[in-house]
Amino acid sequence: MNATLAAVLQIATLVAALTLSVPLLGRYLAHVYTSPRHLRAETVAYRALKVDADADQHWRSYAMSVLGFSLAGILFLFAFGRLQSLLPLDGGLDPLPSDGAWNTAVSFVTNTNWQWYAGEAAAGHLIQMAGLAVQNFVSAAVGLSVAAAFARGLARTRNQGRIGNFWVDLVRTTHRVLLPMAFVVAIVLVAAGVVQNLHPVHEMTTLTGGAQPLTGGPVASQEAIKELGTNGGGFYNVNSAHPFENPNPFTNLLEIWAILVIPFSMAWAFGRIVGDRRQGGAVLATMAALLAVGVTLLTWAEMAGPGTAPQLAGAAMEGKETRFGEAATALFAAATTGTSTGAVNGMHESLTAPGGGVALFGMMLGEIAPGGVGSGLYGMLMLAVVTVFLCGLMVGRTPEYLGKKISRDEIVLVAVYILATPILVLVGAAIALTAPAGLAGLSTDGPHGLSEALYAVTSASNNNGSAFAGIGSGTPFWNTLLGLLMLLGRFVPMVLVLALAGRFATANRLPASAGTLPTHRPLFIGLLTGVALVVVGLTFVPALMLGPIVESLS
Amino acid sequence: MSDLLALLRHSLAGLRVLIAATLLCGIAYPLVVTGVAQAAFGWRADGSLVTESGAHTDDPAEAVGSALIGQRNDDERLFHPRPSVAGDGWDTLSTSGSNLGPEDPDLVKAIKERRRDVAVREGVSVDQVPADAVTASASGIDPDISPAYAALQVSRVARVNGLSEDAVAALVAEHTDDRTFGFLGEPRVNVLELNIAVRGEVE
Repeated sequence: MNATLAAVLQIATLVAALTLSVPLLGRYLAHVYTSPRHLRAETVAYRALKVDADADQHWRSYAMSVLGFSLAGILFLFAFGRLQSLLPLDGGLDPLPSDGAWNTAVSFVTNTNWQWYAGEAAAGHLIQMAGLAVQNFVSAAVGLSVAAAFARGLARTRNQGRIGNFWVDLVRTTHRVLLPMAFVVAIVLVAAGVVQNLHPVHEMTTLTGGAQPLTGGPVASQEAIKELGTNGGGFYNVNSAHPFENPNPFTNLLEIWAILVIPFSMAWAFGRIVGDRRQGGAVLATMAALLAVGVTLLTWAEMAGPGTAPQLAGAAMEGKETRFGEAATALFAAATTGTSTGAVNGMHESLTAPGGGVALFGMMLGEIAPGGVGSGLYGMLMLAVVTVFLCGLMVGRTPEYLGKKISRDEIVLVAVYILATPILVLVGAAIALTAPAGLAGLSTDGPHGLSEALYAVTSASNNNGSAFAGIGSGTPFWNTLLGLLMLLGRFVPMVLVLALAGRFATANRLPASAGTLPTHRPLFIGLLTGVALVVVGLTFVPALMLGPIVESLS
Repeated sequence: MSDLLALLRHSLAGLRVLIAATLLCGIAYPLVVTGVAQAAFGWRADGSLVTESGAHTDDPAEAVGSALIGQRNDDERLFHPRPSVAGDGWDTLSTSGSNLGPEDPDLVKAIKERRRDVAVREGVSVDQVPADAVTASASGIDPDISPAYAALQVSRVARVNGLSEDAVAALVAEHTDDRTFGFLGEPRVNVLELNIAVRGEVE
């Protein structure tokens, strides 16, 4: 079979697997986020933990819970990193430096999983399991909770800003959705070759008499939630390129599926929560269209292999594993940057210039194709509000989305949301490229060096976590800067989303009239796609020109 | 001020929930997965270790490596793996790719040198050297090479070991995996398993 046909079939298999699983999971998610009934174990847990599970929280209270929970997570993880030398299973490892512990704590709590350290050398089994992997679950659950609260806000009328209960959303997401899915995926991964043990490092003698340390660990359990929660923090330095994390093309496809399934299913769940499945379908179709473009361009770029080094070598195999090759690496790269995952199965810095540009652009879109768990859905819905607003301006009518009027206050919230991340990216890049300590971290100069810095601040601000990994970011300057970008890039948009949800929950629902723009038709899908590309794309074109585009043309 | 107090109250509730989550997701979940994995798929869960004879083992002291992890090997009697830039090469404690971009002059230079070295070693022209032989893998511990790179080395391995080329080519064929299900990933040859077979053939 030739390589192109195999690549097409590989993508088709992924599409088929998603088509089968998304409606089922979407339906289940909608049930989880709307069912009034607690399970018995949940009731016991709420009582033991002294949280009020029956309060219908105002959006301010909901936002406070989100921030309070995340603050506790950051402090907990920071202490964990600083104290790891004193803990069992981590014996012999140094504590993380304070700037590094800050960066890692923020990184995992914000669902970013940017890693300045090499997992196999810096992090013991206990911090990997009980510190980092816990945030893989709960940071994903926070994102999903906020998206669910936003969907409920749209679904409700005259509810005095009340959008549900954060603790209920958090607990249900973790134990009804993420834990069972992670368990099944982890076991399948082990069956296919991923390691799962608690052994310390053993020395082995190789076939030719050399020494090779065997680095095991609880990898499969972490790998499963790392992909399902669109977290992306690898157990090992090279992430899913490591054969113990991702041993063969089957595990590779399974991991890509795990990255994409929940974000797409949330769009489906959205339609059910607002009581109009076609609305969920339109959002899903837009996500799928954008991802399809990304996959196509990235696959083409890597298989064609433009650039001096790939042409000389005969193929773009630098930074790629033999078992994956160009197509499976490109598919993974498109999935990980279309979501907020940041896992990699090849080195993004060694992607071809257009391929690396597509990966960068995927993150710059704000990760809405299909985006991170939860964050992809609310990101896309914010753009949907912009779209109806722009269309309303064109025809001179007051815009509305799902019967909710978009007036000045709403559009201000949305505008701040849309501007927040680009401001973080561009200001962050400007700081990094003017400070000597920022430049010192770059591994190269010229357009590729600019891409490297731009990729880092984009990845942090959008909570992605992948890197052009040549960057030496384990310095106080980079750790502090990227930590701030991750923190603001996560919680500023989240609070704005919740504020808007509160306004929608308070508002009446206007009956659809002849002047209402239908938001489920292909026309709207096209408009939404266009708005996503134009609004977000234009913001970053100057920066992209100086980085990947110049490099592609050189 | 009242906002700060409210945040503190929510943080304390958050800390209680976080501790519960740590017990459930951070301790119970990985331990249960480890238990099931060890009981049902012990060899794989321990890292797919193989002995000198190619047998499976769970004991790192008996093993010559993991079937999943590439290893340093400059022995001219054996098949060579891809270039590695993990640490000083093949360092499992600092896995890494080169992270060199497609226009990087260092990468271009490295590819030229590797091409020349491989061509000299195998006694072929530089045009015949496949891409995976001259590019560093993503992990630095890639266990596989392409069938083309394996084919390129058959003649040397046969000559040095006093085997027929047909016999060595048959071993390569035996250890070549096609794309999974015919279309996932790429065809590949596991270097460690192939080398174990070559040694077995010599003895």
